[in-house]
Amino acid sequence: MREIDVKEIIPIVRKLCIDASIYIGKDVVEKLKEFQEKEESPIAKEIISIIFENQRLAVEKQMPLCQDTGVAVFFIELGQDVHLVGGDFYEAINEGVRQGYKEGYLRKSMVDDPIIERKNTRDNTPALIYLDIVPGDEIKITLAAKGGGSENMSEVKMMKAADGIEGVIDFVVDRVKRSGGNPCPPIIVGVGLGGDFEQSALLAKKSLLRSLTEKNSGTKWAKVEDEILERVNNLGIGPQGLGGRTTAIAVNILHKACHIACMPVAVNIQCHVHRHKTAVI
Amino acid sequence: MPGTKYLQTPLKDDNLKELKIGDKVLITGTIYTARDAAHKRLVDLIEAGKELPFDIKGQIIYFVGPSPARPGMPIGSAGPTTSYRMDPYSPILLDAGLKGMIGKGPRNKEVIDSMIKNKAVYLAAIGGAAVVMAQSIKEAKVIAYEDLGPEAIRELKVENFPCIVANNIYGNDLFDEGVRKYKK
Ligand code: SF4
Repeated sequence: MREIDVKEIIPIVRKLCIDASIYIGKDVVEKLKEFQEKEESPIAKEIISIIFENQRLAVEKQMPLCQDTGVAVFFIELGQDVHLVGGDFYEAINEGVRQGYKEGYLRKSMVDDPIIERKNTRDNTPALIYLDIVPGDEIKITLAAKGGGSENMSEVKMMKAADGIEGVIDFVVDRVKRSGGNPCPPIIVGVGLGGDFEQSALLAKKSLLRSLTEKNSGTKWAKVEDEILERVNNLGIGPQGLGGRTTAIAVNILHKACHIACMPVAVNIQCHVHRHKTAVI
Repeated sequence: MPGTKYLQTPLKDDNLKELKIGDKVLITGTIYTARDAAHKRLVDLIEAGKELPFDIKGQIIYFVGPSPARPGMPIGSAGPTTSYRMDPYSPILLDAGLKGMIGKGPRNKEVIDSMIKNKAVYLAAIGGAAVVMAQSIKEAKVIAYEDLGPEAIRELKVENFPCIVANNIYGNDLFDEGVRKYKK
């Protein structure tokens, strides 16, 4: 048994929020370069260059890559041999978010109720927290700071087994097509298959945590990802929806077991400001 | 890119006449920020026959909710937000004299028709290139709806603010034509 004071978590979460907003992952840069080389549209090529310039300036000026610094989504793996002391675990995460968004000059984008009042909570809380209990005595905290523009282009569909893998691919491609320039392409397409209604959505979001340069460990899934990526890039949407060959730079799929009557499919769209950072305590 | 054009606000019909979709434009002058919540309030004022917090004639509205400014800086990161959420409001503002909009993503038919009718343009800024865009913003001050936080209306002084013409006054649409060109 390892005792961890929840107060230790606060500065770690604070730093995750600030770092994720400024420093883009190497995998995103690598993929953008690869696609820029293949890009046929001059406007698209120039847009990708401006994205690189933005990544450089964000670090130089210590400013967030995008003004929408997102809702703070946490995927936490809590070791079952950890004993949390010193206060409320969830509140410690929220306090870290509060401090990070204030001290990092990040935008506060949360409203207290979704439709009637829509009053800004002014500190970007509450965070969305998903907890998994795992073996061990560590806590692994992953923050995904999710922007609203790309999140809005996401969708869950309860399909039928008879739709087959082709039906699933058609749905994913169509979802990207209907999104057009709205989610700030180049995008990353997260796909969750199986589980149930809500788990498919969670799988789609979690799939985005896999490095973009890492292939799917299941060969047949890797092939499906390649097929979706090719079809998506044949849509011609291009960076910002202004036309081009670079609509998506990666497709990531996560799948799980599901009920004999069901075939849930979820698509979570992620923009090129793909912010996620992990810390282990 | 086909060509770079310079625009000064308030916009004049003569300058807008020559804009083609895909043109790169650099804007200098004053522009105003507004997102969903501010749009709703502006439209409510127009419908109630009341005066707007700024003179909208010939002006540009930039769809943005910037991040907070660091001390000594005029503004934080300031890239565009998705424009379709403003589609229900834009035709009313265009009828009131608005001449330009800056945002990201395509507009609906009502907005495009209203741009033709009112000789107005829609300019695409690059979503997610928010630090680049902030470099062209020299001053920012909240002029209305402070209670809305990031969604308050700000008056921005910009110099060579970079955009791409997405819809010109003739109804051409880069979102449509660009995609058709590269579709396979
Ligand atoms: S979709 Fe992404 S890049 Fe576009 S405005 Fe939102 S957070 Fe920024």
